[in-house]
Amino acid sequence: MASSEASRSSPRSRRELEVRNPRQDKYSVLLPTYNERENLPLIVWLLVKSFSESGINYEVIIIDDGSPDGTRDVAEQLEKIYGADRILLRPREKKLGLGTAYIHGMKHATGNYIIIMDADLSHHPKFIPEFIRKQKEGNFDIVSGTRYKGSGGVYGWDLKRKIISRGANFITQILLRPGASDLTGSFRLYRKEVLQKLIEKCVSKGYVFQMEMIVRARQLNYTIGEVPISFVDRVYGESKLGGNEIVSFLKGLLTLFATT
Amino acid sequence: NFRAQSSGPHREGELRGPKVVTMTKLAQWLWGLAILGSIWAVLTMGSLGLELPSSYQEVLWPLPAYLLVSAGCYALGIVGYRVATFHDCEDAARELQSQIQEARADLVRKGLRF
Repeated sequence: MASSEASRSSPRSRRELEVRNPRQDKYSVLLPTYNERENLPLIVWLLVKSFSESGINYEVIIIDDGSPDGTRDVAEQLEKIYGADRILLRPREKKLGLGTAYIHGMKHATGNYIIIMDADLSHHPKFIPEFIRKQKEGNFDIVSGTRYKGSGGVYGWDLKRKIISRGANFITQILLRPGASDLTGSFRLYRKEVLQKLIEKCVSKGYVFQMEMIVRARQLNYTIGEVPISFVDRVYGESKLGGNEIVSFLKGLLTLFATT
Repeated sequence: NFRAQSSGPHREGELRGPKVVTMTKLAQWLWGLAILGSIWAVLTMGSLGLELPSSYQEVLWPLPAYLLVSAGCYALGIVGYRVATFHDCEDAARELQSQIQEARADLVRKGLRF
């Protein structure tokens, strides 16, 4: 294996030499939380289960933005239960953006791959081994979960929400042709250096942030693989899709349309 | 000057392939529409001196409107089809609920105070 890698002389070969033995690959899950006291223990339990069943080396980095509901206390308990080498609590004083949460988390990440997901149980850790398999299969820079392809789907959405989601996705595909089917999803695996580079470039907030990450990835010629996922809308707590979200989504979409 | 925005000093991008000069998506759309629009204008106005048979003319004149309407129908059809075939992940929701019960019990056993 080593010889076939070394014999290639394309610009990629240098990168491929850096690819480590699968056993040495480590996956850092970044979990930004805000008032997820109920969900955090459950998602961590599911993560530990999924990783240990498939024998993957991992760590979970919890970035709590000063939740008033005691998320931090629960995180500290989880740190004790599972060990401080597996569960790392790296809180911040107050609510700052998602992008800075990822930057903050990555500073403490020791893995060479980063997985980002929501802590509200809408993203199930059982898909992570599939993400990893997909990444290795195509040596992708990014693997994105998709609700819109193959066996992917959603649970807990009414007709109106489905129409808005499918409509927004259709318009986005027509306008941006991004090369990935789920732009607003936030269940993804990145090479660490790729995520670092992308975050430097991205300026948007909210839904548009995830969309901009994929659009910038295409600009920088990063490769993207996709894995169908089932998205189970918030079990505890409220899911939000108001007029404000739609307006800011459209603004963000048009900004990306005009500038990228 | 919006049409020839280069992909810029992204070393990562250059490492992986030839440097491409890219237009913004907006510019690509404007160019596309401008090209199609001028072809249509030339043909309907007959400004190249070519006289198209009047039956062609009758089709050509309202062609943009027809295209617009069919594009709209196509969009509605696609979105409608995708809404109708959007998977409802009932199984995933059920699986999650039972795993939540399991997780709670296990975590309490491990000493977690919820």
